[in-house]
Amino acid sequence: MLRLENISWSTPDGVGVLKDLSLEVPDGKLIVITGPNGGGKTTLAKIIAGLYQQDSGKIFLNDQDITNLNVTDRARLGISFAFQQPVRFKGISVRKLIELAAGHPMPMDQLCDILSKVGLCAEEYINREVNATLSGGEIKRIEIATVLARHSVLTVFDEPEAGIDLWSFANLIKTFEEIRKNLNGSIVIISHQERILRIADEILIVADGTVKAQGASDDMMSKLECSSGVTAKCFKQEELF
Amino acid sequence: MNEITKDLLREISEWDGGFKGAYNIRENGQCAGRVSSENIKIENKKDAPGLAIFINPGTKGETVSIPACVTQGGVDDLVYNDFFVGENADVIIVAGCGIHTETGEPARHNGIHRFFLGKGSKVKYLEKHVGKGHGTGLRFIDPVTEVEMEADSQLEMDTAQIGGVDRTTRVTKAKLAENAKLLIRERILTEKDQTAKTEFEVEMNGNGSGVDLISRSVARDNSHQAYHSVIIGNAPCTGHSECDAIISENGKVDAAPELHARDNDAALIHEAAIGKIAGEQILKLRTLGMTEEEAEATIIDGFLS
Ligand SMILES: Nc1ncnc2c1ncn2[C@@H]1O[C@H](COP(=O)(O)OP(=O)(O)O)[C@@H](O)[C@H]1O
Ligand SMILES: [Mg+2]
Repeated sequence: MLRLENISWSTPDGVGVLKDLSLEVPDGKLIVITGPNGGGKTTLAKIIAGLYQQDSGKIFLNDQDITNLNVTDRARLGISFAFQQPVRFKGISVRKLIELAAGHPMPMDQLCDILSKVGLCAEEYINREVNATLSGGEIKRIEIATVLARHSVLTVFDEPEAGIDLWSFANLIKTFEEIRKNLNGSIVIISHQERILRIADEILIVADGTVKAQGASDDMMSKLECSSGVTAKCFKQEELF
Repeated sequence: MNEITKDLLREISEWDGGFKGAYNIRENGQCAGRVSSENIKIENKKDAPGLAIFINPGTKGETVSIPACVTQGGVDDLVYNDFFVGENADVIIVAGCGIHTETGEPARHNGIHRFFLGKGSKVKYLEKHVGKGHGTGLRFIDPVTEVEMEADSQLEMDTAQIGGVDRTTRVTKAKLAENAKLLIRERILTEKDQTAKTEFEVEMNGNGSGVDLISRSVARDNSHQAYHSVIIGNAPCTGHSECDAIISENGKVDAAPELHARDNDAALIHEAAIGKIAGEQILKLRTLGMTEEEAEATIIDGFLS
């Protein structure tokens, strides 16, 4: 279980982004976080993975206080993070990056397995460099694949749907449904996509740096659709997307 | 041949106790073994120290290796090697250099290589440089490569110098006739107080000729690198150069690419990027469980691969 207690974070210029935010991600659950752009979702994900250090508050993973652990230590405890904007590496092949993620060399069939989950054909991709020649959608899928290759206790996906075409999106949903079924750990997906919201156990709405609402998926979906507050506005906005 | 030479050979060439194909081993300025093949003749150069290597027209799939090793301080080795590649030959040339010193005396290898590529010939040229040993004497490797490419010939030149060499000045010049294609891939890592200077001058004189020049370098500690490339398009041609450098600690890199279009249909592009390793790259690898140091090493390894 992941627990955040009263997390605050401000930009280097002193603008408050996360404001006394608390949340829990129970074991074996899939939590989807949604909310308007600029609301602090990516910041929250980076705080969880240790990429940002909170100004105040505490973080626990299975009752271990990880507040002061750095990115590497958290990764070794089994926290994984799929970047919203994946990073490119000149000279590192797709295969190498996935093997680095898994922590060991991988036979072709395993590579196929992982890459097909994100809709890529291993034969076509494993020797390509993770550089600027990959399209936005391709790099995004490879980013997700690196996270799937790890043995994670908690995985955070930051807008996995962004940049992925609709056709492959259906497959991606299947992948998340599968992960959801065989879940050992917990998953947090930051998303605006209705279909991802629907497979959640619980939905959290993060806006203006705090959790504005949370609840079971079904309840939240109906609220999102009929209420007229902030939440409805943000859901509408995302529908356009 | 001494043991140090054997170690160096393993690093800079395909040596495994012997070579496949024709070869000449140079050890401290002397010949330590030579074998010609039916299609590839290696002879002493008449007018200067070095070799004249003749590759018969139509030779296919053969390799010729001419590694040079300097295994002690106080050696200043200067050698001129000429390669005459016959029409339509398709061969691999391996020409590495290793310097090992255990003393305070400097050691130097200065190899001047000239390539004459006949019509339609294809050459893959591999050149790996290493510096070894605990001696404080400076290790110098100063290669000069001059290439003349006739119509439809192709040269792929792959050079690597990953640390260990204190001073390098590398000069590469090429002239290309119709449809000749030149691909150069250079990788250099300097550390400590090393310096590396690299100069390219490519003249495209023939219709449809093309050059692709890719340089990757890493300058760490107090090392310094200077890159200067001149690409001249005298005919309808395509030229592309890409100079990418990573600097860390107090490493310094100067890059001065020049493009000269002297024909209305010359299409020349240059890309250059110098900077330290992107923080995001380190963070991504750390989210996979690596330490910062491991992440840096992985990024540099990949970059220079
Ligand atoms: N490193 C940073 N420096 C400055 N501002 C930042 C930084 N990271 C995030 N922010 C700001 O925090 C706010 C929330 O951003 P973000 O967490 O990316 O929102 P979301 O993911 O919900 O769209 C934005 O205004 C953004 O500009
Ligand atoms: Mg975001």
